[in-house]
Amino acid sequence: MDRAEVEAKMTELLVDELGLDRDKITMSATFEEDLEVDSLGVVELLMALEDNFGVAIPDEEAEAIGTVGQAVDVVMEKLGG
Amino acid sequence: MARRVVVTGLGTVNPLGKDVASFWQAACAGESGIGEITQFDASGMKARIAGEIAGFDPEEYIERREARRLDRYDQLFWASTHQALTDAGISYEEDDPAAMRAGVVVGSGIGGMISFQNGIDTMRERGPDRVSPLTITQIISNMAAGLVSIRYNLFGPNTCTVTACAASANAIGDAAEIIKRDAADVMVAGGAEAPVCEFAVAGFSQSRALSLNNDDPQGASRPFDADRDGFVMGEGAATLILEEREHALARGANIYGEIVGYGMSSDGYHVTLPRPGGGGAARAMQHALDDAGLASSDVDYINAHGTSTAANDVTETAAIKTVFGDGAYSVPVSSTKSMTGHLLGGAGALESLVCILAIRDGIVPPTINYTTPDPECDLDYVPNEARSVGVSTAMTNSFGFGGHNVSLVFAAHH
Repeated sequence: MDRAEVEAKMTELLVDELGLDRDKITMSATFEEDLEVDSLGVVELLMALEDNFGVAIPDEEAEAIGTVGQAVDVVMEKLGG
Repeated sequence: MARRVVVTGLGTVNPLGKDVASFWQAACAGESGIGEITQFDASGMKARIAGEIAGFDPEEYIERREARRLDRYDQLFWASTHQALTDAGISYEEDDPAAMRAGVVVGSGIGGMISFQNGIDTMRERGPDRVSPLTITQIISNMAAGLVSIRYNLFGPNTCTVTACAASANAIGDAAEIIKRDAADVMVAGGAEAPVCEFAVAGFSQSRALSLNNDDPQGASRPFDADRDGFVMGEGAATLILEEREHALARGANIYGEIVGYGMSSDGYHVTLPRPGGGGAARAMQHALDDAGLASSDVDYINAHGTSTAANDVTETAAIKTVFGDGAYSVPVSSTKSMTGHLLGGAGALESLVCILAIRDGIVPPTINYTTPDPECDLDYVPNEARSVGVSTAMTNSFGFGGHNVSLVFAAHH
């Protein structure tokens, strides 16, 4: 899966599984501020990433995810890209 | 001077209608909201029928992003509360001092049972790390109250009642008492239940409480009829806006009626069965009349608990006779559960709403499916057709597993 594919899939899962507003999703958007994802939503996000990309994201790595782009980075790294 | 509590807003979503007007029209037309279960594959169940709300779309009331985080029971209560507050003409900004004097009491028998079931499925099938972080907030039976307090800026008392099928009757009674003791001026009061899932249907079936009349869904809920064989589960919510009378008058609110009596008792007998003879139920009804300062002869209509179980309908009939004496035979008694099914924790609120509308319109909705008299149930159950009759005072009964008996009395406002 190349980066464009991961980004596209990321956007879809944020819309479908977290109910986020598609128009607000950019790679530089922050989950907490721009997308208003609360603490429960962050856990949902991590579970959605793990389920959809078939990866495992330990809590310490999850803490580094602040933006959509950083979530893509983590997934890419896990996928070996 | 004692504070009086009036009803200034109504809302409901239930198997007969997705708003008050459509519900009331269907109820007075004697329609049934019961059908085959569609929310899951019920083919393996003993009971395969329920009252479902066809086409309920939570996004009519709740942003999609929020709606998907909620259990269905929360969504239903949110919807009925939105309707009721709109009807009452009440809304609060976050910095409104009046919001500090507005609260909420919600009753639910179980809370988010669908989420409970799904969460356990996920844990068993996929492991504890796959359990949703929203699981607990979806399950807990107080969350419907919490959610509407967040959404509608209700910063006064915020609580819940969990007394099985008496839950939302307690919610309304307790909310009225909160206003009477000057702890709030406005209370959102009601109840909700969304029990149409495998676990709840199986559990209630096993307790021998449900009708197994799967071949005739619309005829299955037949309170007081000799051929009744159990209750039919229903989902839904109802909300009443209760308001201190002077507060309502000062803002020129439309006043539907007044809540004048609240009575409670305990059967102290059995976890599911009512005490034979209906002594517990009778005491709740008498306490409500005493609280209202009324005689039984003042009551123009009783909305019965009337579940369509063998035991309830006999004992409730006996209880009405105990309290009303010879007058028991002349007061119209109907069970709207014949049409809506049994909303469990939502029932008391919906049936309070029925009493209020009966007072408003002078119409008593019927008990449908009444065809064969039971010698032990020999009152006037308003069989099959609504009746025009002046209603100044109406009583509603709610009895819950655990022996919780609640009666409420509503009156026309003067």
